Amino acid sequence: MNNFKVLMNGIVKENPTFVLLLGMCPTLGTTSSALNGASMGLATTFVLICSNVVISLIKNLIPDMVRIPSFIVVIASFVTALQMCMQAFVPGIYASLGLFIPLIVVNCIILGRAEAFACKNGVFSSFFDGLGMGLGFTIALTVLGAVREILGTGHLFGWELYSENYGMLMFVLAPGAFIVLGYLIAIVNKLKKA
Amino acid sequence: MKKLKSSLVNMVVVLTAISVIAGGALAYINKITQDPIKAINAKNLQDGIKKVILGSVQGELQVEAPDSINESTVVYPTDKGVAVETVAGGFGGPLKVLVGFNEQGAIMGYTILATQETPGLGVKAETWFQKGQKGDIIGKNPGEKELAVSKDGGEVDAITASTITSRAFLGAVNAAYAAYKNRQEGGTADVASGATQSSRQENAEIPAASNDSINS
Repeated sequence: MNNFKVLMNGIVKENPTFVLLLGMCPTLGTTSSALNGASMGLATTFVLICSNVVISLIKNLIPDMVRIPSFIVVIASFVTALQMCMQAFVPGIYASLGLFIPLIVVNCIILGRAEAFACKNGVFSSFFDGLGMGLGFTIALTVLGAVREILGTGHLFGWELYSENYGMLMFVLAPGAFIVLGYLIAIVNKLKKA
Repeated sequence: MKKLKSSLVNMVVVLTAISVIAGGALAYINKITQDPIKAINAKNLQDGIKKVILGSVQGELQVEAPDSINESTVVYPTDKGVAVETVAGGFGGPLKVLVGFNEQGAIMGYTILATQETPGLGVKAETWFQKGQKGDIIGKNPGEKELAVSKDGGEVDAITASTITSRAFLGAVNAAYAAYKNRQEGGTADVASGATQSSRQENAEIPAASNDSINS
């Protein structure tokens, strides 16, 4: 498999949100606006690339029986580093994502890619796998956030499209996340068959 | 390179090494980010104090040394009024507010420092109770009449569909006033659980209030 294929695999064929249905907790929780979704996706992408690269570098040093704890330590370190950096340098985004940043540690996409891809492949393919999966996740979260933001508040990325008074508040709240996600998955499945 | 075998020594050595390296890296990053984080928090607080005090008074502001009452209540005296930070249990989590009082105890302004309220509903507390808005509390004095939402027999209009957030917010404001009053009188009476107490009192008052209306 060449690197381009690996990249597109994460974005389209095995999109973590729409096809693999992994990482549903941050998907549903953080996508109340397009910007929140995009920043959550990018934060996850960063951790995914770093952990994939490091794990594929040290894969031969890790005995099989302790590989899961080792992966978790690597992932958790990157997440904590990211959390501290975001708190220091982009406090606005950190405030709106809050609790979900530390929860990237237990996002099953990251451990899943470490286990299924990075510990069996070279550094470069692992980098592209992390990038592809991360971008796939980011695109999915941004689209989901955008639809919810438009229907719920009449805004897109903070720009007003129509008055907030006509927005359907439900789409910003939890039920809206499930409904929009369901329709988006249906559309993706339809497009994939066509 | 061949993969390491899962012998006990290998496992212990590898896992320890990974943890030590990770710990070291994190300690280093923590050292770099510590100061910017502190600076941002301090700046937010300074801006908040300015906003709640200077909302109604113009000019420079001299903030004196803060006076920590307990974990969640801090009093920041200034030359034009007193800003008090308190926390109440909101709908989605802790609701941290900063309220400014003038010498008479009237509210000069407020701001919300941290919130986890529902987007589109409870987060409106940031603007809802400001001057000229529907739930205007600016200029009111909680010492004359404790603030409460109109549902509980008070004078403040609650945020539409967010009565719990409104109660928590007003509870925090009342607790802030209690801390302010306490400090003015130099007392040390217990204001520790002011926010939770007053919200409980408010809840307890609901049946009493409805009884009254039935009797009358």
